[in-house]
Amino acid sequence: MKIGSFSGSSYRRLPWDYADTHESTWVDFDAGLLDPLQVNKDINDSLDVLEAADRAGFDLLGLNEHHSSAFTMNPSPNLLLAALARRTSKAALLALGNSIALYNPPQRVAEELGMVDVLSGGRVIAGFPVGTPMDTCFAYGTNPSELRARWLDAFELITQAWRRPESFAFNGRFHQQRYVNVVPRPVQKPHPPIWIPAGGSVETWRFCAEHDLFYSYLTHTGFQSGEKTVRGFWEEMKAHGREPNPFQVGVTQFVGLAETEEEAFKLYREPGTYLFNVLQHVHPRWSNPPGYVTENTIRTKLQADLAQGDKSVQLKTEVNTMHRKDFDQMVEQGFIMIGTPDQVAEKITRFATSQGVGNVMFLMQYGNMSKDVALYNTELAGKYLLPQLKGLFESEWEHKWWPKPLSEPARPAEVVLA
Amino acid sequence: MSGVSERTVAVWGGRCRVMEAGTGPRLGVMAGHGGLPRWTPFLERLAERRRVVLVSLPGFPGSDSQHERLDGHLDWLAATLDLLEAADLAGCDLAASSTAAMLGADVAAYAPGFVRSLSLAGPYGLFDVAAPVTDVFAHTPGEVPGLLCRHPERYREAFAEPADVSALAEWRLRGLRAQAASARITWPMGERGLAKRLHRITVPVQLVWGREDRIVPPSYAEVFAKGLGGDVDSIVLDDAGHLVWVDQPELAARELLRFLDQQTTPHHQPALASA
Repeated sequence: MKIGSFSGSSYRRLPWDYADTHESTWVDFDAGLLDPLQVNKDINDSLDVLEAADRAGFDLLGLNEHHSSAFTMNPSPNLLLAALARRTSKAALLALGNSIALYNPPQRVAEELGMVDVLSGGRVIAGFPVGTPMDTCFAYGTNPSELRARWLDAFELITQAWRRPESFAFNGRFHQQRYVNVVPRPVQKPHPPIWIPAGGSVETWRFCAEHDLFYSYLTHTGFQSGEKTVRGFWEEMKAHGREPNPFQVGVTQFVGLAETEEEAFKLYREPGTYLFNVLQHVHPRWSNPPGYVTENTIRTKLQADLAQGDKSVQLKTEVNTMHRKDFDQMVEQGFIMIGTPDQVAEKITRFATSQGVGNVMFLMQYGNMSKDVALYNTELAGKYLLPQLKGLFESEWEHKWWPKPLSEPARPAEVVLA
Repeated sequence: MSGVSERTVAVWGGRCRVMEAGTGPRLGVMAGHGGLPRWTPFLERLAERRRVVLVSLPGFPGSDSQHERLDGHLDWLAATLDLLEAADLAGCDLAASSTAAMLGADVAAYAPGFVRSLSLAGPYGLFDVAAPVTDVFAHTPGEVPGLLCRHPERYREAFAEPADVSALAEWRLRGLRAQAASARITWPMGERGLAKRLHRITVPVQLVWGREDRIVPPSYAEVFAKGLGGDVDSIVLDDAGHLVWVDQPELAARELLRFLDQQTTPHHQPALASA
């Protein structure tokens, strides 16, 4: 099993009554509330925690991309991955992801991830999500019903830019480029592994199955409620004649470790509550721009609702359904796994084995968690949780979606001027 | 709703719905936000003195999902021309509302002679950051009727769901499709450079605004009027919001007929209709 530490760089000092007094933490919220001194700490602390994860033995460090948001103040994972590339040496560096439909021209993605791959000596994993409505349609003005087609266009351009050794012309649906010739190309050949971070849409499963790509199930509710989605993916894979290699799937999971379960509840209650009840406070008016969801998905959902006698149209996104939960409920429903390393190891082993999932992206720092607690969480994971999980699937399956780094890469030098 | 015929015409690799009724010179009608799923009192009133031809753009009620293949404003303009030609409306009077009115305006700007006269009700096409167009798509479904209409109950009536539950899923899907198509025309804010070519619209234009329009501010009427290249008849209807045809069907129809009656250009003789 491969294990990652995945971070969101959240703003940690919004008022506790934010959900009662403000509409949203995303899109047109008052960014003046974000104190630059606090943001300076939030971003730097999150990188400190990720660097510690590298030293603690995590296999990968992951960063996501969101725009106009206090929930994740990271519009450009490539910038922060470049910072991590210089100060880490072992872990894979996962952009989870680059919302490729938003980069204009798409060569930008190929260039920047190419650069991080060069800097890191070949440790990049390129995640290409379609992106949330908040990020893509509202913060970046992308036409909702064009989004997926733009994503496809960009995917084609970027992968060709990496694969093809020569300069070439690209005449796509949304992008026309006369001379595509990316420098630097990535160190990894033919290119860094590509992961597709997504929710549970059939279209994504199908795309992964057709192109033999990694499916990264980005969920805020963790393994426990993710079974149906992961099963849906494996069914699609089977229909395409693909083997059920658990290393082709990853799931995200919030985790809070301590020496006793009681202590864990104490330490992580506030960060978990802040995460789900403050940071993820997003008004539903941002979550369903017309055309974002495909007609196939709508038809399936409407027919299912009406079959159950539900006449209301509720096309909720996952973020909205998180609202105002009690911490104990969150733990009970498995959104956050709280407990000792042994307790969490047992749960992860059980879920990963039954669902066939060979990669886990743990969120070790979330909500308003202090750096000290996040480091403690990371340290315990490194010492006691990871060793129990790392061997899973390793002898039965080969991980074909993993970086192939240089054996002797250049490392940052300590420069002393005479 | 007497004698309304319904057919589909081939547009952009799919079918678009055309509904017709009434006697008199042909009048093309194109509705914006949500389209017009049914024949309405506004259209019935017009049909007393005009052959009313209600066309549904790609994605709009009764049409297929060709809107998903229209990439950008030029594609939408071409498809609109295709639709108007297929519905035998080339050279006829054209009335358009809301997001469809932006397309109607550009038909007149780019294809002079294609429309005899133009009536635009609450048209998109301009954007003033000091008085922005409301983003109707950044609202929950429950808020939409009150945003679009002064009389939300009239909106609900115009878009009332079928009583037959078995038809409900398809009705809702088509409603969402129409919204997606409307959004696709204008996303993110209906700015497609129309201000630069308003001067090219030299046919007579009627601008109709609801005084309570909460989407496109009535102050836009003056800017529109100033930019247009020909005669402008600008009116503001009391007790009406953005969808004036829904809020004030009788008044809007009467004012449109008055405008049409004033036009002196000879009517276009349409080709014989074929299947």
